[in-house]
Amino acid sequence: MPSLIDIRRRIRSVRNTQQITKAMKMVSTARLRRAQERVLLARPYARMLSELVANVAAAAQSEELLAAHPLLVRRAEERVQLVFYTADRGLAGAFNSNLIKAAQQFLREREGVRVEIEAIGRKGRDFFRKRKAALSGEHLGLGNKALYADIVPVADRIIERYRSAEIDAVYLLYNEFKSILSQKLAVERVLPIELPKGRRFTEYIYEQPPVQMLERLLPQYVRVSFYHALLESTAAEHAARMTAMDAATSNAAELIDKLTLYLNRVRQASITREIIEVVSGAAALA
Amino acid sequence: MPETFLLEVATPERLLVREQVREAQIPAARGYIGVLPEHAPLLAELGTGTLSYAVGERRSSIVVSGGFVEVQPDHVRVLAETAERPEEIDTERARQALRQAERELLMAPPGADIARALNKLRKAQERLAAAEKQKAQTGKRA
Repeated sequence: MPSLIDIRRRIRSVRNTQQITKAMKMVSTARLRRAQERVLLARPYARMLSELVANVAAAAQSEELLAAHPLLVRRAEERVQLVFYTADRGLAGAFNSNLIKAAQQFLREREGVRVEIEAIGRKGRDFFRKRKAALSGEHLGLGNKALYADIVPVADRIIERYRSAEIDAVYLLYNEFKSILSQKLAVERVLPIELPKGRRFTEYIYEQPPVQMLERLLPQYVRVSFYHALLESTAAEHAARMTAMDAATSNAAELIDKLTLYLNRVRQASITREIIEVVSGAAALA
Repeated sequence: MPETFLLEVATPERLLVREQVREAQIPAARGYIGVLPEHAPLLAELGTGTLSYAVGERRSSIVVSGGFVEVQPDHVRVLAETAERPEEIDTERARQALRQAERELLMAPPGADIARALNKLRKAQERLAAAEKQKAQTGKRA
């Protein structure tokens, strides 16, 4: 039977852990709120840009050049770029492992295709580096501030590689933030660009010719997709960590209750034993 | 004829303006365009400069650079790469950025991207000017 001191020590250690998980939960809650805000703030631009692209594309549709645009043209997918968004840190429940599973699934589906991985986030990079997969680049710490300016060079390099036909398609794999409890893995093809459906046809006065406008609009459209995925992934990460730490905190509370009960039972048993000893001792003397 | 139109100014990171305005001056890539309600549909690239707009008697401005402008009869959308309100600009840092841009332009090796350096310089000038104007105005009011 364990001694009382051992049980007390055990309770204290669980309580310490509980304090840490509680603090981590609170930090994640605050970060999640900020990340959610950023997702909301970024929405108007993304919506307006996609409408603008649709409008310009509708206006330029008649012209043959649209089909031949280097960012719209489809090629057989022989070399594929996967942009893989994970967290930099663990302790977020199944967040990273779900993503890694999805990435492996992605690779399995493309047996025989050369897939290069651009890792955004430490966990994904570590996983694929250990397995000696083809990493085309790695970017750590982007999720901290989730600045647009940080993701632009990453997107631009990949756009350039696509333009020069080094790669035939670009997919983003990230965790989409639906709500705190539900998250969804998203695989999104960003290149070649799938033009958003036109709203209406407007006869614009163009300061620059439509071709030139598209030449600027299309890369911007891709950049914003990269940014959007970063924001979603960051929000989802904090939500996952918050849920995981909440579960850990209540598990710790449960464990403390159980240990306290056990402690009391052990203490009772030893008291009872002592009383029996005293009573039987007295009886023997009488 | 309507008196106002909807002006929206956004960057990839945030929405700065969504307001019914009377009139707006927008720095397009080939010079400023003035917009009143019922303007003909127009698409242009956004240049570097100070966008200003009027709501009633109040006039506000925003320093923008790079991006797109879409004008429709009832609304105008400005999708800028960067956009800041003058009161958000740190004068000291803007001055440093200007000096830096000047240095870059002077030291530019032959064959360097002069247009890019020039644009950077223009942006720095524009930001500093807007920030100083803002400072002078609040100074007067105080």
